[in-house]
Amino acid sequence: MLSYIDKIKEISRRLLKESKVDMVIGFRKGTVVMMNEPCFVKTVADVDKLVWDSNCGINLANYLANRTEKIGIVAKGCDSRNIVTHIIENKIKRDQVVIIGVPCKGMIDRHNIEAMAEAEIQEVIETDDTIQVKGAGFEKTLDKKEVLQENCAICVHRNPVIYDELVADEVKEQTDVDRYEDVRHIEALSPEEKWDFFEDLLSTCIRCYGCRNACPLCYCPTCFVDESRPQWVGKSQDSTDIRTFHFLRAYHCAGRCTDCGACERACPMGIKVRLFTKKLEKDCLELFDWEAGLTLEKRPPLDTYRPDDPDEFIR
Amino acid sequence: MGIEPGRLQFSWISSAESTKFVEVVNEITTVIKALGPHENFVKREASIA
Repeated sequence: MLSYIDKIKEISRRLLKESKVDMVIGFRKGTVVMMNEPCFVKTVADVDKLVWDSNCGINLANYLANRTEKIGIVAKGCDSRNIVTHIIENKIKRDQVVIIGVPCKGMIDRHNIEAMAEAEIQEVIETDDTIQVKGAGFEKTLDKKEVLQENCAICVHRNPVIYDELVADEVKEQTDVDRYEDVRHIEALSPEEKWDFFEDLLSTCIRCYGCRNACPLCYCPTCFVDESRPQWVGKSQDSTDIRTFHFLRAYHCAGRCTDCGACERACPMGIKVRLFTKKLEKDCLELFDWEAGLTLEKRPPLDTYRPDDPDEFIR
Repeated sequence: MGIEPGRLQFSWISSAESTKFVEVVNEITTVIKALGPHENFVKREASIA
């Protein structure tokens, strides 16, 4: 996957030189390890800033909503699905974007790796299969497969579903993964146990809204949590308010979430916020045979009516 | 999320179906009264130590 960068640069350079796009959105090296930053490249000279490795977990589709320029965008499987979702929701036009597709082999979980390290990690060197981390007085080599982000480990859409250029041959899709083991576990709990489970899950939330900000689906001009007239949800650290925020955030992603993992990656407290969106994703798949962002041809379940809707009350 | 079955209900009622509205409201009220007050999802005043 590391070798992709030459092709990414080559395509970006060409697109900018031929004025096919006004900018290319990609990644540049972050100021701290394992945190590559989004990067808007507007000149050919800046193309060399671009990088590609296993720290490109941010979903770049997040930077497309309501843009008017012509944009080249580097897109993994999940990013491409969110671009499709943006096009369906009229946040960007298909002919405005040149999608540079990246067949993805998964991003690494910085929370997990940080937890394994004895001290602050100062350097991370990766090969195609290994991640070597170094810090004051320690050095460790990890198997990349063992430290993938959870959503990447169970990903079944690694290849971009929509693209104009592809930087390498498609990778093999995973088929033998169980995507919803954790959701089934929660579903099996009693209401009281569920209550306690979520109370515990959210107990460390500081309401920084990092999960919302990282999410490409959250593009409302004013988010319901920031609204004060009317104030839909209290702004306190009270567990009722925290819970309301998380559940409403998740519901806004119903039928739209691609499980890109940007929310969980962004969380400074390491809360598994994907558990909420995954339940909705599972329901959409089981009840409506729907996976978000796979096609421009079909309308999403929340804006279609079917006479054979699985819920009786609406038929 | 840990809300008891029955406490949350959905219904599709047209603005022309006033009698259905009354029926549904009465039915839900009975069910919820039987369940009693919900203790969990309540914001309490901050206690001062």
